[in-house]
Amino acid sequence: MIKNILNLGDAALYCDFGSDVNQEINSNVIKYFYHIKKLNLKGITNLTPSYNKLIISYDLNIHSFLSLKKKIENIEIKENNKLEKNLIEIPVCCDNDFALDIERVENKLKLKSEIILEKFFSKNYFCYMTGFVAGMPFLGDLDQEMRLKRLETPRVKVPKGSVGITEQFCNIYSFETPGGWNILGNTPQNIFDSSNQSKPNLVNPGDTIKFYRITLDQYNEIKR
Amino acid sequence: MKSKDRNYFKILRAGINTTYQDLGRNNLYHIGIPFSGAMDKRNFQLLNSLLQNDYNSPVIEFAYQGPHLKYFGKDIFFCISGNVSFKIISKEGVIDGNSYQCYLLKNGDEVDIHSTNKSVYGYFSINGTFGVDYYWGSCSINTQAQIGPNNGNKFSKDLEIEIIDINNSFNKRKLDYLGSTIENIRVIKGTNYDYFSNSSQDKFFKEIFKITKLSDRMGMRLEGPKIENIVDPNIKSEGLVKGVIQITSAGDPIIMLSDHGTIGGYPKIATVISADYDRLVQLTPGSNIKFKDVSLEDAETLYKLYQMETNNLISQIK
Repeated sequence: MIKNILNLGDAALYCDFGSDVNQEINSNVIKYFYHIKKLNLKGITNLTPSYNKLIISYDLNIHSFLSLKKKIENIEIKENNKLEKNLIEIPVCCDNDFALDIERVENKLKLKSEIILEKFFSKNYFCYMTGFVAGMPFLGDLDQEMRLKRLETPRVKVPKGSVGITEQFCNIYSFETPGGWNILGNTPQNIFDSSNQSKPNLVNPGDTIKFYRITLDQYNEIKR
Repeated sequence: MKSKDRNYFKILRAGINTTYQDLGRNNLYHIGIPFSGAMDKRNFQLLNSLLQNDYNSPVIEFAYQGPHLKYFGKDIFFCISGNVSFKIISKEGVIDGNSYQCYLLKNGDEVDIHSTNKSVYGYFSINGTFGVDYYWGSCSINTQAQIGPNNGNKFSKDLEIEIIDINNSFNKRKLDYLGSTIENIRVIKGTNYDYFSNSSQDKFFKEIFKITKLSDRMGMRLEGPKIENIVDPNIKSEGLVKGVIQITSAGDPIIMLSDHGTIGGYPKIATVISADYDRLVQLTPGSNIKFKDVSLEDAETLYKLYQMETNNLISQIK
């Protein structure tokens, strides 16, 4: 299922699963990720799954590119290997103070805000990957008529908990960071918890996310 | 702990970016947490060897201006690695210290680390162990994700640095070492090398880039000739590793460093080889950088040589 393995620098394998972004290819990436993780191979220092790539970082004192590439190529993954999928419900408040880009989204999509939010909350989303910053999930897919580009000028600071959309994807800002996604609301729920070392991320690759809308009062209640 | 039994440093001045670091944390990229760890691993290793500590003992890393520390407790030795100017202030007077040499500190003595010279990072530790908490097996502070001791924040004034263990059988040791610099930063061509025009590929290896002030533990931004993208200014976001050189939509290179974001959507023109990483991170803003293309096989060999050189230095400590 890996199409090709290249090197990324001198201490990582770059496993290519294809150029498209869809849940089928991504599920293959995630299967490999969990399988290799379970093998607990000595000298593997990181595994980074994304939409259609898997990066395998290794300790240069233990592996060389060619020897590790051969090992990975020889891994067999059963097609019927089922992914563990959790359904996670996440509250989102779309009060004016949180929906930073709702006007822009209305203008770009030529839809009224209530329709946009109705569409947004009516779907379940698949988690393709987590990262960039700790815990941030990349979710999809939005309906065709909900797709728009990111902001022309990214925000220097996107508030923690912001829920944003761009192209076919949505995400949740687990930390205050710079970013350019169109922000529709904010969740009071903690997405990343460094004190929970065995399971710091609320959302993990392969999970299904259901957003549900809450009022400002409910938001403040949960936050408290 | 009774206060008279405590051994600790009080921070009189924190410095610009002072943190605990060790070798960092593995196998967390998939949840968005980078390796972190000491930026310059050779100087980290030399310091723990000089002090006869475990190879992964916590040290204090500082950048540019270091901390000013006042010591309280029983006699202890300290050592600093990197190219660093510092003073030791005791009842007997003030002396200038040298890196890679161990010094005795008595109750009430101070160490004032003014600055790193023509370099960015320096390291401070003692013949013993700092009292730190571990997060995923590492005490490295990642200020961006707020992970690590001190609530994941850099050191601030008045913080107290606890020492939980002192190695009493320690003998003063030193190393004659002037540090190591490098003319070119060697790289391997990246997975999106063909996204860039032939003339830009040429420029990338022939012309000089300058390190800008927008550089920290996460990344190093460069300026120089604009690199022209002829395919797409973005790729589908995918994993990054330290040393990857991405080209932003504006055509400028940005090099991923130890606290980098784990996923990125800019095309990768090249990756700095592992053997040159320690020397790369020590280049200060305003310095020039020139890239040299090497093969994967050469990079693997150069890394082995670099490790041998480090081990050779360690064997010269006496």
